[in-house]
Amino acid sequence: MANEVVDHGRRRFLTATTAVVGGLGIVSAAVPFIKSWEPSARAKAAGAPVTQSLKKIEPGQQLIVGWRSLPVFIVNRTPAQLASLPQQDSRLVDPKSDGSSAAQQPKYAQNETRSIKPEWLVMVGICTHLGCVPNFVGEMKPEPFDPNWQGGYYCPCHHSRYDMAGRVYQGVPAPKNMEIPPYNFIDDSTIQIGVDPKGAA
Amino acid sequence: MANVFTNIGDWVTERAPNMMPMYRKHMTEYYAPKNFNLWYYFGSLAIVVLVNQIVTGIFLTMNYNPSAAGAFDSVQYIMRDVEWGWLIRYMHSTGASLFFVVVFLHMFRGIMYGSYKKPRELVWLLGMLIFLVLMAEAFMGYVLPWGNMSFWGAKVIVSLFGTIPVIGSTLVEWIMGDFLPADATLNRFFALHVIALPLVLLLLVVLHIAALHEVGSNNPDGVEIKKGPKGNRWDALKPADGIPFHPYYTVKDMFGVGFFLLIAAFIIFFAPTFGGWFLEHDNSIMANNLVTPAEIKPVWYFTPFYAIVRMIPSFAGTAVWGVLAMFGAIAVLFLMPWFDRGQVKSIRYRGTGYKVALGVFVIAFFGLGAVGAGITAEVIPEWFGNVDLTTWENAFGRLMTLLYFGFFAFLWAYTHFGWEKTKPVPDRVTMHD
Repeated sequence: MANEVVDHGRRRFLTATTAVVGGLGIVSAAVPFIKSWEPSARAKAAGAPVTQSLKKIEPGQQLIVGWRSLPVFIVNRTPAQLASLPQQDSRLVDPKSDGSSAAQQPKYAQNETRSIKPEWLVMVGICTHLGCVPNFVGEMKPEPFDPNWQGGYYCPCHHSRYDMAGRVYQGVPAPKNMEIPPYNFIDDSTIQIGVDPKGAA
Repeated sequence: MANVFTNIGDWVTERAPNMMPMYRKHMTEYYAPKNFNLWYYFGSLAIVVLVNQIVTGIFLTMNYNPSAAGAFDSVQYIMRDVEWGWLIRYMHSTGASLFFVVVFLHMFRGIMYGSYKKPRELVWLLGMLIFLVLMAEAFMGYVLPWGNMSFWGAKVIVSLFGTIPVIGSTLVEWIMGDFLPADATLNRFFALHVIALPLVLLLLVVLHIAALHEVGSNNPDGVEIKKGPKGNRWDALKPADGIPFHPYYTVKDMFGVGFFLLIAAFIIFFAPTFGGWFLEHDNSIMANNLVTPAEIKPVWYFTPFYAIVRMIPSFAGTAVWGVLAMFGAIAVLFLMPWFDRGQVKSIRYRGTGYKVALGVFVIAFFGLGAVGAGITAEVIPEWFGNVDLTTWENAFGRLMTLLYFGFFAFLWAYTHFGWEKTKPVPDRVTMHD
């Protein structure tokens, strides 16, 4: 044994295979630890639809309801606010919501007002930049951040701006219009958030 | 009695012969240049703050409850009901801010005297890694009180990873362990903040100091004392311009520590929130996932980097550019030793262009800080009346971003093409006898 010549090829082969098998072992052993960081079954289970009455929301007012722990804005838009929407088109990133924001709303809300009924805006109030809740600045008056303000949303985190249909203005960090969740009208004054209208999908 | 100690010492040396030489190598026989000035306090001060953070942190965990339901109340409990709890927490929160004060000054010293240059690139890289871990550590610590700023800070910072195309949203869910910052997020941040990152930080600090002691310290003249004449009062073979770290610099550093603690104690006792700069008022409100605080801004030490994110608009349907620029602002610091091709280390003997550029860099850093902290949003309407704030703020912030990155581009061109007119560097430190 002691006099045998060292077979370097064999030694290299054994070193390499040991390294590969050992490496695979380490990677496999890491999987449970990495997977343990994913949302747990309990976190995934919390996500039922929410029903909300619209009776007490006056024109120009916003109500925030929680859905899947996300804030959902429900706004009763005034005729003046609705009339201002088409005028904003030239200042918006994606006015028709068919470009970068094509996936930000269900098909039945892919229109100028981004809603099922023009006056009722139902929208996930999460800025598409880094996830803050934009402030509702509904009054149509000059604001420090925009002298031609026609009402909309102003994000306190990185100053992104959206119009009264949650469409993002040009020149701000946010890339997309805010998301419209699936929702439907159970009757004229009650909506259900989280479920598409019957027949749509 | 003295005999007992000698005997114990001999007993240890017999079994671990290299223990005493290690102490000598790093303390009594570590010969540091004799011309250190005020800028050389901040390394040892960073260690003092690190020890403070570890000790106060250990005591805070004894009463803190890492859960979304209990965290906020447990911090209030520490502040009101735990004996001296308020002091321990304020020592920890003030320590966090002062950590960044001393680290920023320590880094600036390195840039000013060329301490990142050959042969100390490794020292610089390890130091930058410390800075990176320190930022992660500070961010996660900021989340733990579970106030409304904690919650939204966590949301925004984690969402930075969501801007990465394709994998972004999955990555964000993976980091948070939920669809928004929740119990799972708070718990893992707690684990990282109190165990994982401090261990990494300590290891990096040891490596940083070990790497420094291999090559020896730089000095305000940027002269290599190891290349100078040999022989000093203590050792015929050691650099003539070096003095033993102990007792000379240990005594000097103790004076610095005393002065530093005076300032720290003043803040802890008289201005622990530092007017909302060290502890933000909105964080006294419990985390609320439906309401973002009206004024949202990070703690002061992140403001320059936060401003860069804000200043860069989305492009091609993604907001990843601002995030890339922010990480780029740190990446360029890592690459300092390779941007700067100049042979002269210290600012004392460098060209005018370098001095001006460094001044501009400092202005850009503070300018971005002012944007990030919301100072420009306040003063622009005050100074210029009813102007379009967004346009003005963007113009200013984007100029500052350009100057920040411009410093590195200029430094490379300035030294690569040989435009720099340096002054002659002395052979020995200017304070030798």
